[in-house]
Amino acid sequence: MNRRELLAGAAAFTASATLMGLPAQAQNRTPFIFWHAMSGPLGEEVKRVCDAFNASQAEATVEPVYKGSYTEAMTAAIAAFRAGQAPHLLQVFEVGTGSMLGAGPAVKQIWQLSQETGLPIDPNAYMAAVRGYYSLADGRMASMPFNSSTPVMWINKDIFERAGLNPEQPPATWQEVVSAAQTIKAKGAAKVPVTTAWPTWVMMECYGAIHDLPYATKANGFEGLDAELVFNAPPYVKQIQRLLDMAKDGTFTYGGRGASGDQLFPAGETAISFNSSGSRSAIARDAKFRFGTALLPYDPEVRPTPNNSIIGGASLWVMTAPSRTPAEYKAVAAFLKFIAQPENDARWSQATGYVPVTLAGAGVSLAQGYYARNPGADIAIQQLNRGTVTANSKGLRLGRLPEIRNIIEEEFEAALQGKQNAQAALDSAVTRGNKVLRDFEKSMRG
Amino acid sequence: MSERRTIFPGTMLPILLVAPQLLLTFFFFLWPAGGAVYASMTHGDPFGLSTYFVGFENFTDLFADPLYLDAVVRTLVFCAAVSFLSMAVALLLAVCADTQIRGRSFYRTALIWPYAVAPAVAAVVWILLLHPQIGWLSPALGSLGIDWNYRLNGTQAMIAVILASAWKQVSYNFIFFLAGLQSIPRAVVEAARMDGAGPVRRFGTILLPLLGPTMGFLLTVNIAYSAFETFGTIEALTQGGPGQATQTLVVKVYRDGVVNLNLGSSSAQSVVLMAGVILLTVLQFRLLRRKGDAE
Repeated sequence: MNRRELLAGAAAFTASATLMGLPAQAQNRTPFIFWHAMSGPLGEEVKRVCDAFNASQAEATVEPVYKGSYTEAMTAAIAAFRAGQAPHLLQVFEVGTGSMLGAGPAVKQIWQLSQETGLPIDPNAYMAAVRGYYSLADGRMASMPFNSSTPVMWINKDIFERAGLNPEQPPATWQEVVSAAQTIKAKGAAKVPVTTAWPTWVMMECYGAIHDLPYATKANGFEGLDAELVFNAPPYVKQIQRLLDMAKDGTFTYGGRGASGDQLFPAGETAISFNSSGSRSAIARDAKFRFGTALLPYDPEVRPTPNNSIIGGASLWVMTAPSRTPAEYKAVAAFLKFIAQPENDARWSQATGYVPVTLAGAGVSLAQGYYARNPGADIAIQQLNRGTVTANSKGLRLGRLPEIRNIIEEEFEAALQGKQNAQAALDSAVTRGNKVLRDFEKSMRG
Repeated sequence: MSERRTIFPGTMLPILLVAPQLLLTFFFFLWPAGGAVYASMTHGDPFGLSTYFVGFENFTDLFADPLYLDAVVRTLVFCAAVSFLSMAVALLLAVCADTQIRGRSFYRTALIWPYAVAPAVAAVVWILLLHPQIGWLSPALGSLGIDWNYRLNGTQAMIAVILASAWKQVSYNFIFFLAGLQSIPRAVVEAARMDGAGPVRRFGTILLPLLGPTMGFLLTVNIAYSAFETFGTIEALTQGGPGQATQTLVVKVYRDGVVNLNLGSSSAQSVVLMAGVILLTVLQFRLLRRKGDAE
């Protein structure tokens, strides 16, 4: 890995050398590297944002580099850091936040960058649910919100009509989801009545936030590394058992771990799917049917008034290297300031389906009439602002969270195979997950 | 047994002559292997900011972890199944291709092809065959009353990765079996035929024993292949799931080290695997030497 990183570093160096070799007006520009994990149309949009930044000023040049999936980009950056070649800016998925916060001098947190470069950053400019995830317990921002999304409910309106259901009144509670799924199955309106992408994020993490249930002790880990998982409490068990029951009578189809569940809904054979609001552009491109979005359903027996859901997506981290100069940090800061401008934030959000991370960005989209033209595009924003942000809905601050997500999905799969019930699955996931947290704690204490 | 030896004068020249090889071994094997051994005895964050020595704690943790022991057993089952399947099929094909049939060279070439297929590509081919929703084989299995979904059924997932891994190795085994069969003197086989031994009997009493050394060699190679080189196929096909049903030791090293960034434990697992490779290599050398002595 190290050797490959050196090669990549060498390639990046050559690229920046080429840039410095450009004609006279470009010679005073400070180049810096931005590693991201956005492929396909999203990657092109990142490129466009970077080009716009380069064209907007004459001091800095950002060089975006696609480094594979979120996991691959993060692993590559860690290897690069160990070799003294870390990129200036790195896109890290939200569940990597805990690990990055533990990275100490490897990163320069946004509040530090702000102090050193004089870049003004007002945390209040950002949506509370977004800001909370990327801030320290005292409110100082650690990383820069970039692409944020939240899961929403996607419905196939054609299938709803075929089943005699009203597509303009999608189910609001889990009880209604179950009964709609049974109707759809009974009428034979769809092969797959209900499925989900990102099972842990949607059915566990967001379910907990919406119902104001703690996921882990110590305010979901925000207040200390010694947090313990508590998601084997009765309301979580009830939700997993509901999905197991639905799977048994054929109204829920497991679509696989992580993003594997993406493919089922656009194929047109699924009535209800749960997926990131960020999948809008892909669904709009592939779907040959009328689709709609709705707020995530809740269970009124657990909590009569639902809260905000938690975000997914990624933020930007500023990384350090032994040879890095203040001018380079300044260049990075200028870029971060550029993407946070309301017009740029709004444009990025409209082009990708991610939510605007700033309140002003949402305001620009609203003023431009974007949400009037694209009904449903604002569901994610509504959902992130539903209720009040509590300690349980602020987000999760747990080390090695991707591993814990994987553990939950493994145990859920074993339960779907009939090897264990919901309580046993979650008990086992909590035990295994706590072991991961203790390992992480040990590695941090040194 | 007398060997021809060339004696170089002095000590400098011999050292100089083997130096390039020693340097390569040092930089590309001993150094990284030493790094892994060191890392296996440390705890630390992925960024390498606070690394401290813990002795054998990673190893004791590992062998106290029932999930790791499950992975060891799973890997043994997987290796046995892949080695047996790929060698049995290859032997059958080699025996068939060794007879006088038309277009023999075409068959032989065609059978060698899959060896050139990359592991991930092999996995994609098998995904297209076995995918629960879009796979070509799924409807056929469904009509037989088998509810085929390897994404949820651990046993089916194991069968899928065994099939895909074994398929890739058949070609390699085929080449060696064919060469082995061709080196058996025709006269011996003909003599048996004239004594009235049928094809099955000839195979059992003449071909199989004479293929013994080839078989022994292929067995170690196949075990090494199924234990270490099937990562690409498994990762592309099932990512070790569902649950951990297809997570072999190599897949676990990747998952813990690269995905979960738990470098200490992952290194400890690598060191355990390294011990396995050393053991296999010793076995292989022994087998080869015995074969050499027999000749």
